[in-house]
Amino acid sequence: MAQQAQHPSPVHEQMNIVIVGHVDHGKSTLLGRLYADTGSLPEGKLEKIQAICRQQGKEFEYAFLFDAFLEEQQQGITIDTARTFFTWEGRQYIIIDAPGHKEFLKNMVSGAARAEAALLVIDAFEGVKDQSKRHGLLLSMLGVKQVAVVVNKMDLVRYREDVFRGIEKEYGEFLAQLNITPTYVIPASAKEGVNITRAASQMPWYQGPTVLDSLARFQRQTAREDQPLRFPIQDVYKFDARRILVGRLTAGKLTVGDRLVFSPSNKSAHIQTIEAFNVDPPPMHAVAGQSVGITLDEQIFVERGQIATHPESVPLVSTSFRAHVFWLGQRPLEMKRPYLLRLTTRETPCEVIEIHRIVDANNLDDHTTRALVHRNEVADVTLKTKWPIAFDLYADFEATGRFVLVDQYDVSGGGIITAFVHDEQEELRHEARMRESTWITGNVGPEERAQHYGHRAAVVLFTGPDAAAKAFLAKKLESVLVAEGRHAYLLDPLNLRRGLDSDLGDTDTHETVRRFGEVVRLLADTGLLIITSTNAFSSTADHVVQAIHTLVDPVPVITIYMTKSSERLQPDADLVFAGPEDFDERVHEILAFLKRKGILADPLGLRPSFQFSI
Amino acid sequence: MKHLRQLEDQSVYILREAYKHFDHLAMLWSMGKDSTVLLWLARKAFFGHVPFPLIHIDTSYKIPEMIEYRDRLAREWRLNLVIGQNQEALAQGMNYTKGRVECCTALKTQALKQVMEEKGYTGLILGVRADEEGTRAKERYFSPRDKNSEWDFRDQPPELWDQYKTTFPPGTHIRIHPLLDWTEINIWEYIKLENIPFLESLYLDQGSGTRYRSLGCAPCTFPIQSTAKTVDDIIAELRQSNIAERAGRAQDAGRGMELLRKEGYM
Repeated sequence: MAQQAQHPSPVHEQMNIVIVGHVDHGKSTLLGRLYADTGSLPEGKLEKIQAICRQQGKEFEYAFLFDAFLEEQQQGITIDTARTFFTWEGRQYIIIDAPGHKEFLKNMVSGAARAEAALLVIDAFEGVKDQSKRHGLLLSMLGVKQVAVVVNKMDLVRYREDVFRGIEKEYGEFLAQLNITPTYVIPASAKEGVNITRAASQMPWYQGPTVLDSLARFQRQTAREDQPLRFPIQDVYKFDARRILVGRLTAGKLTVGDRLVFSPSNKSAHIQTIEAFNVDPPPMHAVAGQSVGITLDEQIFVERGQIATHPESVPLVSTSFRAHVFWLGQRPLEMKRPYLLRLTTRETPCEVIEIHRIVDANNLDDHTTRALVHRNEVADVTLKTKWPIAFDLYADFEATGRFVLVDQYDVSGGGIITAFVHDEQEELRHEARMRESTWITGNVGPEERAQHYGHRAAVVLFTGPDAAAKAFLAKKLESVLVAEGRHAYLLDPLNLRRGLDSDLGDTDTHETVRRFGEVVRLLADTGLLIITSTNAFSSTADHVVQAIHTLVDPVPVITIYMTKSSERLQPDADLVFAGPEDFDERVHEILAFLKRKGILADPLGLRPSFQFSI
Repeated sequence: MKHLRQLEDQSVYILREAYKHFDHLAMLWSMGKDSTVLLWLARKAFFGHVPFPLIHIDTSYKIPEMIEYRDRLAREWRLNLVIGQNQEALAQGMNYTKGRVECCTALKTQALKQVMEEKGYTGLILGVRADEEGTRAKERYFSPRDKNSEWDFRDQPPELWDQYKTTFPPGTHIRIHPLLDWTEINIWEYIKLENIPFLESLYLDQGSGTRYRSLGCAPCTFPIQSTAKTVDDIIAELRQSNIAERAGRAQDAGRGMELLRKEGYM
């Protein structure tokens, strides 16, 4: 049962539209009627469904045309989004029928997240209901700014203008609070075919467009191309001699020769080529929406999750931001529980550190606060990520201003970033950015160094309480690595005290940490494996770990937490060693971990089996 | 043409997400127009390379030209081809006369399960399109299947923006559908735009006044009345036609497809 529309004119563009609204307000009926009255149904479809209805003794409803599953037809409700295709006047529409039942809100959200415009259906007889408002709120959060409101079932109120105007006013005021101005508010009756494709004689007081007209008047969103560049890196390929960075531009445009800055690492290089298969001559430009591949003129460390931009408009970077989150998980959203945050192609563990309020669609001014956010609720929260993340405010950039939260295996919520929150790393981050933007490099790149050394530059950082044998294991690790032919160096932070830090007092912790981080950064730039520890800073170890991360980024920092007791475990470390030690075994574990992370090539001496793609 | 590039960009993005997230990834290739376009999009996404195996589920009842075409492209494009076949069922004489749904289940669904299990694939890329039939209209781009390859359409995961379901419990797998938003006309328009080699001897009228619109097993797939001799003719014909694409596919009759797809059919 193909559902494509038949229309002889060639298609020149495509647009996704979602139909939303409270359950039983007539979304599927509207859709069925739209297809039937434009001649867009496959041959025999209407007759077939009518025949089935006669057999089963039920009245034919246009809604049945698209309810694909047995269960949906039995319950008379749509339970999942369905895409249907429909072509009209040179535009190919994918119309997404989203369920209105509260229980299926995650399906409605999935449908609306794909849409550029929405038809929001309200029953003239029942008026504005709970889900009418909730769907309006979610549309605003999902970035659907073009909304046509269809006041359906006007036949049930005898096409009275005052009923229509009342709903128009009530719902218009609600949308205004969400900064949405409806493109049109259309009185209609899907059941009777009034104002769907044909103007209504029943409502001489209405001069506006029909539903079909309103579709044609939705604009394709092209504004993203005129914004500053946002190019999140999806992957780095090395299938042949080319090292290709791939991704999809979410805003702006890029041109061969442009200088790009990668955030949050602040590395930069120029675009050498735009790579494409079966395109001749190769492209010189790319714009928002395109999936592209580029090569750079310099070997710099780039990996998935970084965002490339032009130097004059870089994204924000922090480990904290404020956001509106809608929660779809079975288990409520709670503070201090670990979630995985995914923003474009970047993933980092995160937690909610504050729930400011629950946003009630029925009363947007309400300030209820609670310790948990339940399924289908929207909340204003502050999030803290484990690693710094590049992002934008949603008001400025859509794609880099929104994220999802993954709870165990499932995408369980989505959110839009409303405000930047300062974190304690901000100053060091600014320093790193300034330093990287003016750093002078030689002709030898990190990838070449890695090929020669048999490993990438990395920092192995031991943390944990005093007297946990950190120094002993660190020394042992250095010996084993060097004996294997690796270029490793043990740097004890205490060694800086009498030399580089001789002008500092015991209370200058911040400056001590900063200098230590910059020294590690320098050594890492030479391609070394640096083994070090936080033993000089035991009281502020977390801060030291974060500071080193910030200053050496994007060189990997492997943290190893050691403790004699088996109770005080540090979940944030890459490796945790507790209790009595077998040091040879521990060294072996660390080497295995470094190999798994692609830091050590294996086997050494032969051509590395791991293709360093830095 | 712009709409084809939009579709291409979305499909390429999905393919690259799949390649990034799945260590054990494979693509299903039936040699039909859709999965061949999918294969072409993989070459687009990976710059001429196809960095995962292509599975062909060979029921042994395929039209012979399909096999010849398969082997030729596999050579020319250096494809890693994996053939799946339910030999036990074939040895026991399974064929369509034992029931079309039963035959599809044994020779396609079961054969696919066998090859998935044997090779340990956790991600499977398929060329299904939402406009083919009703149950496919409800699919996600990344659609989880349980331990028995069953599809729980009652409880599909949310799919927000470009964030897909790429984490899943052991023993389950994910079906990836990069062509979900393409229509039949889009497929032909794209074949023309990119000049993709397709099975001309079957899809185009060779003078008999008939051609295949959809390819499958010889006994269960029937040609349609058509004099389309070029891709342009096909596109023009489809713009005028109101007949469902899979009208020539016997297993779609009645509730066949809903039952088949719930249990892991492609």
